[in-house]
Amino acid sequence: MSDVTTDRGAGGAEDAPAIDVRGLRKAFGELEVLRGIDFSVGRGEVVCVIGPSGSGKSTLLRCVNLLEEPSAGRVTVAGTEVTDPDVDIDRVRRRIGMVFQSFNLFPHLTALENLTIAQRRVLRRGRPEAERIGRANLERVGLGDKATAYPAQLSGGQQQRVAIARALSMDPELMLFDEPTSALDPELVGDVLAVMRGLARDGMTMLVVTHEMSFAREVADRVVFMDGGVIVEQGTPEQVVGAPSHERTRTFLARVLDPAAAEVGEVADDGAAGRRVDR
Amino acid sequence: MPLSRRRRARIIRGVQYGVLVVAVVVLALVADWHQLRTAFFDVEVAKALFPDIITTALLNTILYTLLGFGFGLALGLVLALMRLSSVPPYRWIAITYIEFFRGIPALLVFIALGFGVPLAFEVALDMNVTVMLSLGLVGAAYMAETIRAGIQAVPKGQTEAARSLGMSQGRAMVSIIIPQAFRIVLPPLTNELILLTKDSSLVYLLGLALNQFELANFGRDALNEHKSLTPILIAGLLYLVITLPLGQLVRRLEARTAKAR
Ligand SMILES: Nc1ncnc2c1ncn2[C@@H]1O[C@H](COP(=O)(O)OP(=O)(O)OP(=O)(O)O)[C@@H](O)[C@H]1O
Ligand SMILES: [Mg+2]
Repeated sequence: MSDVTTDRGAGGAEDAPAIDVRGLRKAFGELEVLRGIDFSVGRGEVVCVIGPSGSGKSTLLRCVNLLEEPSAGRVTVAGTEVTDPDVDIDRVRRRIGMVFQSFNLFPHLTALENLTIAQRRVLRRGRPEAERIGRANLERVGLGDKATAYPAQLSGGQQQRVAIARALSMDPELMLFDEPTSALDPELVGDVLAVMRGLARDGMTMLVVTHEMSFAREVADRVVFMDGGVIVEQGTPEQVVGAPSHERTRTFLARVLDPAAAEVGEVADDGAAGRRVDR
Repeated sequence: MPLSRRRRARIIRGVQYGVLVVAVVVLALVADWHQLRTAFFDVEVAKALFPDIITTALLNTILYTLLGFGFGLALGLVLALMRLSSVPPYRWIAITYIEFFRGIPALLVFIALGFGVPLAFEVALDMNVTVMLSLGLVGAAYMAETIRAGIQAVPKGQTEAARSLGMSQGRAMVSIIIPQAFRIVLPPLTNELILLTKDSSLVYLLGLALNQFELANFGRDALNEHKSLTPILIAGLLYLVITLPLGQLVRRLEARTAKAR
């Protein structure tokens, strides 16, 4: 499949962007959630996706590892076209780590077992190797002492860090994060963001949906602003968050950065944004 | 003049207790205690039942129940997965099976397997196999619905997390979904086990040899021999020895689930 997209065989796949999305559309029945998305994420790049609720951020992320089947368009991950009907999607998915807003740890398994089960059943690693890698990753997220704890015995922040460690244990080439801190109490957000900062520093390719503007500003190489199923603008954090060029971006940022001040204009904004996208 | 509501309630309650006391007193006077004792609590008859009622009857009841439960659970799981399959014919087969075996009396299944199959196919099934099939085929229909509900009660995020780690649909089912589903359905499955314990008495229809007697059959046989109800009473008590702890277990499991939520 990569023969077509690259002209230098295997070497070409190495040079291909980590994620490449072309003309991506997704509809749930009548509802068009993504209306033609084009963008790509380079290797080692950290891209943050921001935008109002319902703008299609989660759907975009889920189209990258095919948790959602795109209605149209092409998604390529590290040179492999995942939208190709003949592709072995389970093979592609093990190279893509995903972290969910609600953690989705396996509650019947300990923290360490959460990290080893896919290594053993999918990657066919032996138990000692899987546990060694698992422990190293728990250590990496600062939870080396929680190997035998069950998810119910962990705080939200700890659960989310275990979830990150679980994804890392598969040695993914890139990581998708869908609002990883949105379900957390404010005082627990910092630990999770610190782990993500560490990942970014280590050169991990990351596509992050987030409302944490300070994180986006500080860590992201690029920020993408979505609204109504399209990318309204993208650029460096300084451009998009610091000096947005679109009215919709400005309204959104005003609301996120200073919720109290934006309360008044909220209803009007939503209406306006919705109409502009629809027509 | 009108009675206050509280006084009226007190009078009504008084009358209810009064009726109860009168009924007990009348029963005590009317009953022939001597005859009742010899009928239900004949010590000599009771002694004669042991140890066979334990070593043969109780053990066979447990054996038959476990055979039926094990087979029913395995078949029920398969039916539940078929019921949830994306392939329509699988769903139709599962639904037809479940509706059929839930809708007919277990008695008919026993007769069909105990007499119908040997006559029609001229094969003699092993007794344990016949019991396993008879109890399991019906039990599976109920357990399939229970297990299906359990599988559907596992949050969708669990499948998504498993799939995003590269697990296939089947692997996610086996390693992630089914273990959680079984935790959820443990209480209703234990109830099913209690029902099966009692249904195991239906094997008397199959015509058992002496060493194959289970509690109900054993009790009936001893009743004929001793002309006393004592064996029936003791058989009943031995059923309770199995079912009461199971019932207790269900309550504990339910409490645990309630706490975990
Ligand atoms: N499985 C689905 N079936 C039908 N509609 C869906 C489904 N998933 C998402 N949607 C709809 O698609 C739209 C976009 O959803 P999406 O979750 O991508 O938004 P989002 O940008 O992630 O929002 P949020 O910030 O609230 O998470 C919403 O209107 C949502 O109701
Ligand atoms: Mg979302």
